[in-house]
Amino acid sequence: MSLEQLTYLFVVGSFVIYIAIAFWSRASSTREFYVAGGGVTPLANGMATAADWMSAASFISLAGIVSFAGYDASGYIMGWTGGYVLLALLLAPYLRKFGKFTIPDFVGDRYYSNLARVVAVVCVMFISFTYISGQMRGTGIVFSRFLQVEIDTGIMIGMAVVFVYAVLGGMKGITYTQVAQYCVMIFAFTVPALFLTFSMTGHLLPQTGLGATLDNGLPVLDHLDGLVTELGFASFTEGSKSKIDMFFITAALMFGTAGLPHVIVRFFTVPRVRDARISAAWALVFIAVLYSTIPAVAAFGRINLIETVNGVDNMGTPYEEMPQWFKKWENAGLIAWYDHNADGRTQYAAGDAFTGRQHKPIYWGAAKDEVARNFYSNQRHVVNPSSGEFDPKVQPFANEIYVDPDIMVLANPEIAGLPNWVIALIAAGAMAAALSTAAGLLLVIATSVSHDLLKKTIRPQITDRQELLAARLAAMVAVLIAGYLGMHPPDYVAAVVALAFGLACASFFPVIIMGIFYQRMNKYGAISGMLVGLISTLCYIVYFKFMGGEPQDWLLGISPEGFGAVGMVLNFIVAYLVAHLTPEPPKHIQQIVQNIRVPGNSGSAYY
Amino acid sequence: MKQNTKAAEQYWRRNLQIIFSYLIIWFVVSFGCGIVFVDELNHFNMFGFKLGYWFANQGSILVFCLLTIGYAVRMSRLDSEFDVHE
Repeated sequence: MSLEQLTYLFVVGSFVIYIAIAFWSRASSTREFYVAGGGVTPLANGMATAADWMSAASFISLAGIVSFAGYDASGYIMGWTGGYVLLALLLAPYLRKFGKFTIPDFVGDRYYSNLARVVAVVCVMFISFTYISGQMRGTGIVFSRFLQVEIDTGIMIGMAVVFVYAVLGGMKGITYTQVAQYCVMIFAFTVPALFLTFSMTGHLLPQTGLGATLDNGLPVLDHLDGLVTELGFASFTEGSKSKIDMFFITAALMFGTAGLPHVIVRFFTVPRVRDARISAAWALVFIAVLYSTIPAVAAFGRINLIETVNGVDNMGTPYEEMPQWFKKWENAGLIAWYDHNADGRTQYAAGDAFTGRQHKPIYWGAAKDEVARNFYSNQRHVVNPSSGEFDPKVQPFANEIYVDPDIMVLANPEIAGLPNWVIALIAAGAMAAALSTAAGLLLVIATSVSHDLLKKTIRPQITDRQELLAARLAAMVAVLIAGYLGMHPPDYVAAVVALAFGLACASFFPVIIMGIFYQRMNKYGAISGMLVGLISTLCYIVYFKFMGGEPQDWLLGISPEGFGAVGMVLNFIVAYLVAHLTPEPPKHIQQIVQNIRVPGNSGSAYY
Repeated sequence: MKQNTKAAEQYWRRNLQIIFSYLIIWFVVSFGCGIVFVDELNHFNMFGFKLGYWFANQGSILVFCLLTIGYAVRMSRLDSEFDVHE
């Protein structure tokens, strides 16, 4: 079978499985729709949480980012795993004991205020829509790269699939679908990584292979450090970011992870408090399988890229001799070459090969267009080459290559010379990553509308059946909006993701922590803290990301990505001060706080 | 659940002690070894890794896993001890 047929087979086959699972475990009550009836085993919930958490970005992009940023990208690796320690120790068990359906539920009840509930709903919506549009875009991109359909068509197919299984199955349906998606995703990611490690180092595990010694007698990382510094890049294992910035970025990602609504809600689905702790541990283990593999994939990928492009003698490789995958991804627009020194050889070094925004290549004509290629070498023409100047003291030649970070995962099987079915598997894995996260977010949005807004705020008298119908309708509308956002992405997607984490970190994390660990915290403190955290973070990010603020004006050198952690500290301080100047919370609220601290009688999530 | 206020308070105090000690480890491994002291640790080499880099990219994940597993086990025992398990 050809690669395309195999890819279709895997992708369509996995879709059929997801929909079948959702049909078999469809929700018939709000309890099943919101929290899967509260009867998910810790192991299954751990897997579902891992799939929910690991998005298209984790699967496709993160290895590439680590590959090019080296140590500087450690914040992502530590932040996106370390957040689960906070979840397991500080949030999951108590929220499970509290036993409601959503975060706004907790905020509204604990702080005995519908205003607090509505503020929380607004945050949930903002964070979730930001995130889901990226996932929808992700499905579209996977379709376009592997199956040669338009991105918009791919998004529509993705919408249809998510629509069927999230709207029908609710939390119960997506939980078991996510278990299947985790398996697909982890298999697709680790198999090429294992082969790649074995072929380069003879080690079986990527985690130890990264420390292996290569044929030339150097450890992998020392070899890579040598290669990149010779080409004018910063050392791979040592960062160029300031320590304080690293510190705050890592903190914002960690606390933000612990405050993300679609992750927290997963811990409402297990039967008991201890199951919440156990499933948090499982979730982290399942996530760690992928995240601990990433640095190896990143390092091997970078070595392969450099040695392929620059050749063994570090003089560059004649274009005609470049392997097939290079040309394939050149057609897909993920790699570009401009021969600055006109020697017919590809050369990769520090610096931008192309000018303009983000230094991405702008191609002349379409990929299939014969005239848009060089008659002799068949390379794709680009219209925006940079000047090609370079400092001979730092590097041997100018950079002639543009590489999209995603290539590190997408081209891995081909670089390692793996059979077609592995490449097809990557497509199914990437799709699983995008769909599982999208479905989880979709449910959070639907629940916020039908439960927090409709049932708890606007029309408390509606029946369970009506609420379920409202949840399904809300999910439908949310799919349409998410699809629209995916097709018309704001051109600052990356910046918006920083915003989502920053807001989760500065708003939800402190308010939940104080709700559990600080009995004296009252509604005045909580609301003012949330607003201060939210507004300060929002202003900082908007000013520096969208209104042209310059990096030299950063407060203490903290980049917008890391400011959520500052917002969090402000939230804590303001909430504490305000709570001390205002009356303590009513007795029955203090009773709730004491009650959630001790397990027992959490058997049924009460309503 | 046989729970009087005093036992509940004691359970909570023990829980806070456990959380506190685990979070110290969490902080030292990630923010300490992975960021603040990374340059100093990078002078040491372990199995082909610079130690600071290893903590930031591999070691911290490993320790995080151990912490969450340890906490789940430790708390299950504490639950039984105070007879608040379900």
